[in-house]
Amino acid sequence: MNSTLQNMARRDAKIMNRSDLTARLVRKLEHGEAVIGGIGSTNHDLWVSGQRPENFYMLGSMGLAVPIALGVAVAQPERKVIALEGDGSLLMQLGSLGTVAAEEASNLIIIVFDNGVYNITGGQPTLTSQQVDLVAIARGAGVSNSEWAKDESHFEQLVERALKEDGPCFIATRTDRKLAPGFSEFNPTKIRHNFMLGIGAA
Amino acid sequence: MEVVEEYGQAGGGEIPPWDEVVWRILKRNEIRLITYVPDKVLAPLINRVEADDSFRVICPAREEEAVGIVCGAYMAGMRGVLLTQTSGFATLPNVLASLAVPYEIPIVMFISERGTLGDRQLVQTKVWKTMRPALDALGMDYHTVTRADEVEFVVEQTIKQAMATRAPAAIILSPLLTKKNSD
Repeated sequence: MNSTLQNMARRDAKIMNRSDLTARLVRKLEHGEAVIGGIGSTNHDLWVSGQRPENFYMLGSMGLAVPIALGVAVAQPERKVIALEGDGSLLMQLGSLGTVAAEEASNLIIIVFDNGVYNITGGQPTLTSQQVDLVAIARGAGVSNSEWAKDESHFEQLVERALKEDGPCFIATRTDRKLAPGFSEFNPTKIRHNFMLGIGAA
Repeated sequence: MEVVEEYGQAGGGEIPPWDEVVWRILKRNEIRLITYVPDKVLAPLINRVEADDSFRVICPAREEEAVGIVCGAYMAGMRGVLLTQTSGFATLPNVLASLAVPYEIPIVMFISERGTLGDRQLVQTKVWKTMRPALDALGMDYHTVTRADEVEFVVEQTIKQAMATRAPAAIILSPLLTKKNSD
């Protein structure tokens, strides 16, 4: 994967739609991949994309989608695990990228939806609206397979490769500020139990 | 293969160091994931688990990350614990209240107690005062171990109860246990 790495900057990535990208991702999941949806619209879009039994929905603990996904990946090394996270959330827990690299979590894929704002709190700008480039940070943390998705078809290519090859992989997307068209389940016990059943650990 | 046996209280004989007892209890309770953020008091236990291939040991950048990792691993079938000092625990109420507690994920935390019984750092004493009120507010089960002969019962029963009831819990390692006899 390294040989084909692009050095595209954030500003050159097309602004896409998170719901659409989530649906494109989910259509490619055919091997029981676990998906951890980060708090906020990320989570709600995952729910709206179809309630796969292998999905986990975060209702709080902002910033922990990547650590939770890493834990699942460590416990079930044969299963691909995908963390979906927003830019604001990831900015809260940048150290987790270093941990993922240090643990050589080869079955872990991180997908970031970067809309540059804290959308559900009123659209206040995040640091990615200023100068922060999350792909540069991920690479600097040691996740060398890190790329911006140029457009929708490039996103699908990156997902296909990440599902096939060893990771960890980091796929960053620029997204618009549309809210998710629905809400996830709000019962934590039910979410946890269904997820454990879905990945054979209940 | 290593023999993991219980230390009977009636057997007489010398009680092994607390870190050795904890290590054995972790093994026989099928705790396979150890997360920690470094701490001098916990170092003997950290060294033991690092030297034992049957554990997966992860040292992330923050205690919050460790809670996320243990929660993810538990949901995927691997039991884990967190080793942290008092100030590290103080960073955790949000993720405990919004992840481990409501999702009913039994993370067991070993907290080395700093800020009391002779700590000369004012800032540590201030953080110490937040620990038990935070545990109480979270509704979490916790016990303080002060004596070597209590380690086995408290640690073993706390882990078993946490796993059986899916409730996170804390074991506070007092300076009476970790410092009094080692200085």
